Amino acid sequence: MSDGCGAPEQTAALPAGIDLAKEIVLGGKVTVDGAPVGGAFVRLLDASGEFTAEVVSSQDGDFRFFAAPGRWTVRALHRSGNGEASVTADGPGLHPVAVAVG
Amino acid sequence: MSREDVLVTADWAEENLGTAGVVFVEVDEDTSAYDGGHIPGAVKIDWKTELQDPVRRDFVDRAGFEKLLSAKGISNSDRVVLYGGNNNWFAAYAYWYFKLYGHDQVQLLDGGRKKWELDGRPLSKDTVTREETTYSATEQDTAIRAFRDEVVEAINGKNLVDVRSPDEFSGKLLAPAHLPQEQAQRAGHIPTAINVPWSKAANEDGTFKSADDLRELYKAAGIDESKATIAYCRIGERSSHTWFALHELLGYSDVKNYDGSWTEYGSLVGVPVEIGPGAH
Repeated sequence: MSDGCGAPEQTAALPAGIDLAKEIVLGGKVTVDGAPVGGAFVRLLDASGEFTAEVVSSQDGDFRFFAAPGRWTVRALHRSGNGEASVTADGPGLHPVAVAVG
Repeated sequence: MSREDVLVTADWAEENLGTAGVVFVEVDEDTSAYDGGHIPGAVKIDWKTELQDPVRRDFVDRAGFEKLLSAKGISNSDRVVLYGGNNNWFAAYAYWYFKLYGHDQVQLLDGGRKKWELDGRPLSKDTVTREETTYSATEQDTAIRAFRDEVVEAINGKNLVDVRSPDEFSGKLLAPAHLPQEQAQRAGHIPTAINVPWSKAANEDGTFKSADDLRELYKAAGIDESKATIAYCRIGERSSHTWFALHELLGYSDVKNYDGSWTEYGSLVGVPVEIGPGAH
């Protein structure tokens, strides 16, 4: 993992050492007209709408967050437009969420 | 100090891409963004490999900073415009370094890489080379850098501003939510700290909020403007962003960045730690 606070590379496959039995992972793709889009700024907002984290989607549109239990909104900003989607994570595991922009 | 003294707009930057004496510098933790396309003419600084000491947990020293800037082709008289990804976190960290080592003519590109990209402004993959200079730095200005002992002494005395997310502040998480959470240290925050996440100082496109909005934000969170302030986060770069807001945009006179931040404080033996949302 990165030892900084910067956004690590976003990939569909989980990095080594991530235990889905313990971690809550929110992940998915950003799409424009159904096609994955890279370079979108993907923001994780908590249940009150407060900003929590931000990553840039990979060339394949992938993004991923490690979160606490709760209801989250994933909001993506892109040159072609913005979009958002919600996801509720009750416990550990991969919680898929897809975001369409445009 | 006014906003125009410390920030340049994307419009200004695009109009001044070739201006003599203006050097654009992209600062990131991962320079692959720069390599994939950067502001035309900009040089890059790698936060991790070029600004940090490779062995000890500290910055490059004065001689190291001089060597780095000389090699990048930056001279003492240049106006340096810093920008980067992650809402300018590492650019703000670099800005703080430049101030720490006495470079006055430095500004941040408001909105950083994000606004530049969202605006669809030009990016270039061309290799940028600048002629080497002989840069000379001053000794570190510790008026803007806090160390652990003064942070412990500041409990119940100075404003302590924890700029991490609420879940990190309360102790639910040990790192921002885009990073894995396994880390060997205590979770929580420094007692008496207020929690004002760095992101509250920024708009969605990465630009800084207005001075009026910022002042209202920090006062509402309980900052005492008559007292000195220390900002911290996890490793000191998000708090550089808030240091910039408090010291450069609002002009508060005594504001320090605690670059040791939670990764140091949360591993210290014998210091008080508070968990939960905090009383302040």
